[in-house]
Amino acid sequence: MIASAQAVQGQEEVAGRSLWVDAWRTLRKNRAATVSGIVIGIMAVLVVVGPWFSPYSYDFTDWSNLSIGPSLETGHLFGTDTLGRDLFVRTLYGGRISLMVGLSATLVSLLIGISYGAVAGYFGGRLDNLMMRIVDILYAMPFMFFVILLMVFFGRNLFLIFVALGAIIWLDMARIVRGQTLSLKHREFVEAARAQGVGTFAVIRRHIVPNLLGVVAVYVTLTIPQVILMESFLSFLGLGVQEPMTSWGALVKDGSDEMQSSPWLLLFPAVFLAMTLFCFNFLGDGMRDALDPKDR
Amino acid sequence: MSLLEVRNLHVRFDTADGEVHAVRNLSFELDRGETLGVVGESGSGKSQTVLSLIGLLADNGRASGSAMFDGQDLFNLSPGALRSIRGRRISMIFQDPMTSLNPYLTVAEQMVQVVREHDRMTRRAARDRCLEMLEAVKIPDAAERLDCYPHELSGGMRQRVMIAASLLLDPQILVADEPTTALDVTVQAQILELMKDLNRRLGTAIILITHDLGVIAGLCERVIVMHDGELKEQGNVRDVFYRPRHSYTKALLKAVPRLDAEQVERLAPAADSSLLSVDGLKVHFPVRTGGWLGEKRPLRAVDGVNLDLRSGETLGIVGESGCGKSTLARAILRLVPTTAGNVCLLGQSMGDLDKRALREMRRDAQVIFQDPLASLNPRMTVGNIVSEPLRTHFPELGADEVRTRVADVLRRVGLSGRELNRYPHEFSGGQCQRIGIARALVLKPKVIICDEPVSALDVSIQAQIVNLLMDLQAEFGLALIFIAHDLAVVRHISHRIMVMYLGRIMEVASRKALYETPHHPYTRALISAVPIPDPDKERDRDRELLPGDLPSPVDPPSGCRFRTRCRFAQDRCRTEAPQLRQLTDSLVACHRAGEAVLV
Repeated sequence: MIASAQAVQGQEEVAGRSLWVDAWRTLRKNRAATVSGIVIGIMAVLVVVGPWFSPYSYDFTDWSNLSIGPSLETGHLFGTDTLGRDLFVRTLYGGRISLMVGLSATLVSLLIGISYGAVAGYFGGRLDNLMMRIVDILYAMPFMFFVILLMVFFGRNLFLIFVALGAIIWLDMARIVRGQTLSLKHREFVEAARAQGVGTFAVIRRHIVPNLLGVVAVYVTLTIPQVILMESFLSFLGLGVQEPMTSWGALVKDGSDEMQSSPWLLLFPAVFLAMTLFCFNFLGDGMRDALDPKDR
Repeated sequence: MSLLEVRNLHVRFDTADGEVHAVRNLSFELDRGETLGVVGESGSGKSQTVLSLIGLLADNGRASGSAMFDGQDLFNLSPGALRSIRGRRISMIFQDPMTSLNPYLTVAEQMVQVVREHDRMTRRAARDRCLEMLEAVKIPDAAERLDCYPHELSGGMRQRVMIAASLLLDPQILVADEPTTALDVTVQAQILELMKDLNRRLGTAIILITHDLGVIAGLCERVIVMHDGELKEQGNVRDVFYRPRHSYTKALLKAVPRLDAEQVERLAPAADSSLLSVDGLKVHFPVRTGGWLGEKRPLRAVDGVNLDLRSGETLGIVGESGCGKSTLARAILRLVPTTAGNVCLLGQSMGDLDKRALREMRRDAQVIFQDPLASLNPRMTVGNIVSEPLRTHFPELGADEVRTRVADVLRRVGLSGRELNRYPHEFSGGQCQRIGIARALVLKPKVIICDEPVSALDVSIQAQIVNLLMDLQAEFGLALIFIAHDLAVVRHISHRIMVMYLGRIMEVASRKALYETPHHPYTRALISAVPIPDPDKERDRDRELLPGDLPSPVDPPSGCRFRTRCRFAQDRCRTEAPQLRQLTDSLVACHRAGEAVLV
């Protein structure tokens, strides 16, 4: 009787717990991270859905309302820019591009960076040398030159921006992950796993990668803002998104030109951008703590 | 009047989980020139006690009570006044001599800094004073050592430098917080000898904090026993050791494995078939000297080792750190590549196995590591950790079956079996080690290699773990290789013992033969260096102090590896490496073993 009761109890507990389930539970207890997550969620929904409900399109010029401040009567909630385009819609459209660039580049950096770095670090020796020299070579390639080259070969295309940013951003991640892996692979629990006959890739998956996540989570929260800013830099040089399409970076840049006369042009996109970056930061912090059982 | 009088000392820490009361109502005193031992297990508050006296508690710590030092209450002094007492009149040495020396400053620079901080004197005079102190702590070639950086010195040498630096200003109290814990027994013996000598010559009072009762027995006049922040017993060292009154002291004294204890006869393993045999094993690591294009030279971590292990037997391996014992363990398990030689498990040579067969083989040979927490993946639950070997080798097992087996094995190692969902950091060191043992045991292996399994644990926990291993051995007929630097523990658990030095075997003998009639000079020095927790015996012993430190394994001495530290070395030892040869009950690698001079 007692034994079976214990077994049942054990079953119930076992069913609920793994690193990810626990991390999720802890994350929800972290108020800052939860709020940030919700804000990011709302933001994502808003930039996708918002433009459908707006009477203006992002490239429509309202000749009767050039450079007006935010007002309800005209329907320009955030005002208009010098060309009479509705800032609300443009901010949302800009958000689409910025978030998309940020997330896709980060995804690339996560996938390639972690697997590349973990493999190089774990196997070490000649393979590590080879893989890291490849990274060095890619590092040595000037970013602008790389982007221009892509443009020349494939024509101007938003997709290429994603490729270019992703191709650059994973290099840092790979290096960080490799360094961490080097110090992890001689830890005793990794040796214990090897002594048990756990296969190489299972060791990497179960023992190395979960222990990298703390560093990775923090680094990702730094990557997203970095990528969003890089994109706005490209846009500024005329290599990124092209008018009339826009991004937050481009909007902030345009707004800063008109700061004296129409401050709202800077204010709204800047608030959106800053809020997103803050939220990603809090979320990343929360994720790092949640993924570390010791901090629970 | 006593030099230091502590009354009703309380130390509290504010932590996120509420207040932690680390030291409770502690009172003691210290006379001039006295040696006081403070003994207790980790977490007993022994270090916090002394840190509070010299105002070095962490920021969230508070001390209350009184501590009269020479007519002033240390707790009522201004930070400036306290600082001038600290260092000048009360000085402290710490456990790890590497981390307490600044790696970017030479020995002279750090020592001169201390002198000039407190005394106005010229750089020249300060340097002379440092040199004098280094000579007082018997550092060979002291004048040259002054301009060395800490990493150029060995561990024992660094601890000597720390002691010299703390004695520079002629303090009245020297506080030593586990001064020998990070050192090898042979070096520990040197340092303790030195401290005893300094106490006699300079009349410095010493407060020695340690978990090692043997160290206290040899050095201290009075003892304080602490447990859970409270004073359990204090008194003269003989009273405490021979007539302990408090039950905790009694338990502590009983738990310590002692070299002088009665040998409980261990039943010899019945089967004489060899389970594991190692033949001429060599592990060399290439080390580059002189930068990227420099020459590659082999570091001979293990250099030709033979051993065999029968089922149900325990083979102890001892030696100083750097002697290659851990590398040997990893090489047997094929965790590091071997340079030469062969390992045979169950008659099957492991060198010939392909990947799959090797994985099969790993079922039969498991490992337990030194640091219990580090050997468990912090991001996995105990259930996942212990079941991983099962899921690897028997993927066909159902989840229920796996869970039952894991719970069973956890119960077998003395846990409740309901820890499946908890993470390693929620457990104490001893419990973590039990989890590590459960993981090794779950596949029902034939051999378990234990690499210093109890070195990181408290004395009372050590005894539990060693007894658990012995019980498991009796129950499952396990063969154990038990690696440790603590000769007393090894003596307790082993049937046979192998002594290693610089990658070579010095002596192999049955437990009885090794401890009663050690033949190799190194074995004898090792045994004589182990402190015995018995004040009278400890003080009457003749010590064979080993001079100097372990030579570098990149550049080992020619001929006999041990000759540079051997009192009996002759010309022959320089030119010819001794082979293992049979001598009564032992195998000894020494040219002169068995000669009359050695006995």
